[in-house]
Amino acid sequence: MSHDSGTHRSQPLDVEELERLPMEERAKVASAVDGVNIVHRRERFPVPGTKAERRAERAVAACFLLTFLGAVAFTVAYVVLPWRYESGNQSYAWFTPVLGLTMGLALLGIGFGVVLWAKWLMPEEETVQDRHGGRSPELDRRTAAAVAVDGLAMTGLARRSLLQKTLGLSALALGALAVIPFGGLIKKPRGLVQTAWRDGVRLMTSDRRLIRPGDIQAGGIATVFPAVQDGLTTQVVADSVVLLIRLRPGQTVRARPGQEDFGWQDYLAYSKICTHAGCPASLYEQQTGRLLCPCHQSQFDLLQDATPVFGPAARPLPKLAITVDEEGYFVARGDFPEPIGPSYWERPS
Amino acid sequence: MTLPTTETRAEKAANWFDDRLTIAPVVRRTLGKVFPDHWSFMMGEIALYSFIILLLTGTYLSFFFDPSMAEVHYDGSYSPLRGIEMSRAYDSTLDISFDVRGGLLMRQIHHWAALLFVAAMTVHMLRTFFTGGFRKPREINWLLGVGLLTLGIVEGFAGYSLPDDLLSGTGLRIAHAIMLSIPVVGTWVAFAVFGADFPGTEIIPRLYIVHVLLIPGIILALIAVHVGLVVVQMHTQFPGPGRTERNVVGERMYPLYAAKAGGFFFLVFGVMALLSGLVQINPVWLYGPYNPAQVSAGTQPDWYMGFLDGSIRLFPAWEIRLFDYTISPVFWPTVVLPGILFTLLALYPFLEARLTGDRASHNLLQRPRDVPVRMALGAMALTFYTVLLISGGNDIIANKFDISLNAMIWWGRISLILLPPVAYVATYLLCLGLQRHDREVLEHGVETGIIKRLPSGEFIEVHQPLGTVDEHGHGELEYAGSPVPKKMNRLTSAAQRTRGFLWPVKEPAELQARSDTERALEESDERQLAGRPREPEL
Repeated sequence: MSHDSGTHRSQPLDVEELERLPMEERAKVASAVDGVNIVHRRERFPVPGTKAERRAERAVAACFLLTFLGAVAFTVAYVVLPWRYESGNQSYAWFTPVLGLTMGLALLGIGFGVVLWAKWLMPEEETVQDRHGGRSPELDRRTAAAVAVDGLAMTGLARRSLLQKTLGLSALALGALAVIPFGGLIKKPRGLVQTAWRDGVRLMTSDRRLIRPGDIQAGGIATVFPAVQDGLTTQVVADSVVLLIRLRPGQTVRARPGQEDFGWQDYLAYSKICTHAGCPASLYEQQTGRLLCPCHQSQFDLLQDATPVFGPAARPLPKLAITVDEEGYFVARGDFPEPIGPSYWERPS
Repeated sequence: MTLPTTETRAEKAANWFDDRLTIAPVVRRTLGKVFPDHWSFMMGEIALYSFIILLLTGTYLSFFFDPSMAEVHYDGSYSPLRGIEMSRAYDSTLDISFDVRGGLLMRQIHHWAALLFVAAMTVHMLRTFFTGGFRKPREINWLLGVGLLTLGIVEGFAGYSLPDDLLSGTGLRIAHAIMLSIPVVGTWVAFAVFGADFPGTEIIPRLYIVHVLLIPGIILALIAVHVGLVVVQMHTQFPGPGRTERNVVGERMYPLYAAKAGGFFFLVFGVMALLSGLVQINPVWLYGPYNPAQVSAGTQPDWYMGFLDGSIRLFPAWEIRLFDYTISPVFWPTVVLPGILFTLLALYPFLEARLTGDRASHNLLQRPRDVPVRMALGAMALTFYTVLLISGGNDIIANKFDISLNAMIWWGRISLILLPPVAYVATYLLCLGLQRHDREVLEHGVETGIIKRLPSGEFIEVHQPLGTVDEHGHGELEYAGSPVPKKMNRLTSAAQRTRGFLWPVKEPAELQARSDTERALEESDERQLAGRPREPEL
């Protein structure tokens, strides 16, 4: 606490004198020592033992009793109620609500009890305390400055320029030393450009089924993964997940220059990772051929070769070149021609 | 000195400590310290109590949570997910929810308290802003508050990312994209934080230690200084009878303030327990483990991230190419915008002091209406924030109200630019109107609803002056920065009578007092002709 010195009212207080006062007066005098003045103090019930007072006291007691009952009920529920999940048996579903209810009532009981006690039964008071903010008294400021300046003078730092320079130098180096160990965190960025797709890697579904033409109906889509050993791990999926689309009859796509042959007949494959912030763009509206990313509502028109047509994404979804191998399965013809996912500073365009 | 030689047990204990710590004056000062009372001062308390609840429940959760990205096959009670491959983090979160008795309640209290923590800090900050509580000498505490709010948001994000469910993984993916978007160093930042290409196996353990040690430690230290400064500088107070810049009027810490504040802690905790028992939050078992190929429609972050979700949705697809380099459209709404917002927030006390030239110390708060420009600026900022927040949930709104999603986006983009100035002007005028009405009542008195016909045949409404009037019938009271009573039942002891939250607390003695006053007023001549020139006395 602050205000240690110089703030006390210089009230001649004598211990014996204090002891002779009734307790309420004693507290008043004691408060005045700290500049606290109790200007108004009124009993809520000036006549003790009235009906109204007893009613208030009973209400507070009822709150405390609620805490007792709530806490006991919580304990009983915790021990007795079924709590383990069982499919087909919903009785466990009562466990958490009953715990919360009993715990809540127990806590509210003591909370209301204490607050109402203060508001209904304790005397109301209006107390005024002096504030002592702002600048310290001039003498304090001057003496503090004197001690600080004299201390600095004792070090002689001001006139020892050699020490100044070497100390500054070592402080800089020490600061660097404190930061340098974080070098352990630094990793050279790699793998942003590559995915698991290679020439000849087959396409598979999330249950490791390889895909042939005809597995998807016209107008349908499928989320596919590279059919490699770790093709379904989070690490690989995060880069390599692909959306395989089969157009409806009559639909044509104006392909990007240089990527005209990336599709296979009416099949097209795009990275599912949104070029905006990396969410999987997974809501496909068959009628309009639009693909929506539910995170930030970027919309890609698949009939315009997955060009963004609305929302914050700026680039089309990267396209994967596919074909069908001699055994009749879809395979990739190489990696994506560009990095998948959100933009970054060094991203080659 | 003749002190009694027989000591009670309490005296013995007190002496034991005082002999060692010389603590008696400190105890006296602390117990007698005066705290002003106003309902709006409770917001900071709620934030503090939520944080205590977070520490308690968070410690409990840490006994069971395993922040590991090691892949396991789920083998717990929740049969729909049995056999599915998932990280140990998600697996142990499911265990807390299904295989730890009472664990789900603790998880839900922790999450609800986190939402309340940030919400209470935000409302507390708004209260401080609109009442000028940040002015000299309290700029340091304002800065600490901005720091706490920022840390609270980061802490919350780190916390809800830990379970490694589909929702939190999607959030991390976006966080990764935000890091990547930073010009020049973005990829290096992302690799330093994630330790590998997204997602790697480092991020959850790292977020864990940040969430349970680093940030809570800093928050705890900042709260200690923040509250300590309130004790040292003493709380601000609203203007009122007997309240000056040099005093603080209220109740002493012990017993009244301690009882009310201590009881209030249990009330906050109780509401949290009820809410968490009865209202489900973040049911991660329904989302499934994180899979970068999946996302559910209507994906929403916790509320305090909503404004960033809104800004990233609204910002146009402006990708900048600089020679061979790219600046992602993600950069502006998620790095630059919050950077500007929080910088402005932190600097506001200094900007206002510079613009108004007000370098004085203030311990009396202001009514928002009395500082129209600040109020209007605040309303402008709030409108901006609210449009972003609504846009963060625009897909839900579009779905529920059957509105075009694209229309919602365009509404957000246009409103973000148009509505804040409208809010500024409207709020400014509203403040002036409220000010004028205060002055009008001080000058002409309170409308009584009594229409009277004068001998001249003229009809007037009888006004009740608030104090003495001059020869023109105009009130002589100056505006004092505190609420002006504007209804008859707010006058004199009648104002006392209308206490009570849901229904008025009527006390017979005060009712009697009121009717006495009313009778006295009935007889007063000044009431009738308030605001009108006195008739020349014949």
